[in-house]
Amino acid sequence: MSDVTRSSDQIEVSTAGPGDFLALMKPRVMSLVIFTAFVGMLVAPSGLNPFLMAVSLLSIAVGAGAAGALNMWYDADIDAVMSRTTKRPIPSGRVTPNEALAFGLVLSLGSVITLGLAANVLAAGLLAFTIFFYLVIYTMWLKRLTPQNIVIGGAAGAFPPMIGWAAMTNSVSIESIVLFLLIFTWTPPHFWALALLKLDDYARAGVPMLPVVAGEKATRTQILLYSILLVPVGIAPYWLGFGGIAYGIISTVLGGVFLALAMRIRLSTDRAVIRRSCGKLFGFSILYLTVLYAVLLVERLVHLV
Amino acid sequence: MTNQTGSDDEGVKLTELQSKRRGQRNLAIGLALLGFVCLFYAMTIVKLSGGMHH
Repeated sequence: MSDVTRSSDQIEVSTAGPGDFLALMKPRVMSLVIFTAFVGMLVAPSGLNPFLMAVSLLSIAVGAGAAGALNMWYDADIDAVMSRTTKRPIPSGRVTPNEALAFGLVLSLGSVITLGLAANVLAAGLLAFTIFFYLVIYTMWLKRLTPQNIVIGGAAGAFPPMIGWAAMTNSVSIESIVLFLLIFTWTPPHFWALALLKLDDYARAGVPMLPVVAGEKATRTQILLYSILLVPVGIAPYWLGFGGIAYGIISTVLGGVFLALAMRIRLSTDRAVIRRSCGKLFGFSILYLTVLYAVLLVERLVHLV
Repeated sequence: MTNQTGSDDEGVKLTELQSKRRGQRNLAIGLALLGFVCLFYAMTIVKLSGGMHH
């Protein structure tokens, strides 16, 4: 230590509380990860001891949180200029970037090792790959490079049910691939609907979101194209037999509504109608995914009882 | 922080907020570590008692 007295405001001393570190883990994303991974686990034909299953689920959730923290560490510059993200712990100055990096790395390592011990090496490997994919492939590389960034990011978000399935069965099968594809094809229309509403934000941050780079019309077309892909994927669990008749009916009806909203966004020429429809599709897309996964869960629970 | 001369003027002086938050962080890390130890203990017991379904 130097012989000059220094007050703590001259050097970087953290004022972060535990809540700030929790915020780094993106709790809302984590809750979705817990939900989808849990469905992947329960739908799987074979099982683990309930305690090991709970530990596996916790590991997947913490791994997702770690990826979120590492994403916030790397993206602090763009988070600082977007209205939706300026209050995040790093841009607001509560957590230093190095703290977030260390936090994310420690949790990543801890969650992967724990999942490997509680479940199996395949599930742990998939979790490690997901964190790597989200941080390196998506956040560091493609997010700022290509307007298809959301499609790539969607893949990272789609892995949890597959990891859950792998934790239970020590395998990757067609069912878990369908659970993956469901979130994968759902993500682009979901986020592009939001991006059309928050166009200025992304333009200011310099993120090449599709509406910023390719224009609104191209984005509306892409929303429709991905929705056309999404609907049959949404019904696929019924065709493959791991979704029951209730799932078949609900996924068809909700898929129809999803497609109708996407078509209205594409075909309308009135800006106000387009904006309103984007808001509706964004909200409905959350309901769509939640309900489809919830129905799979309920059908499985009823079957178990 | 301890200083060699014993004078209170040297070293980094934390503000009340910084000091409070550091305490909270330490407590959270301590609890997390404790949880981790308990988790691994329980996992070991479950695995040793043949809790895995094959």
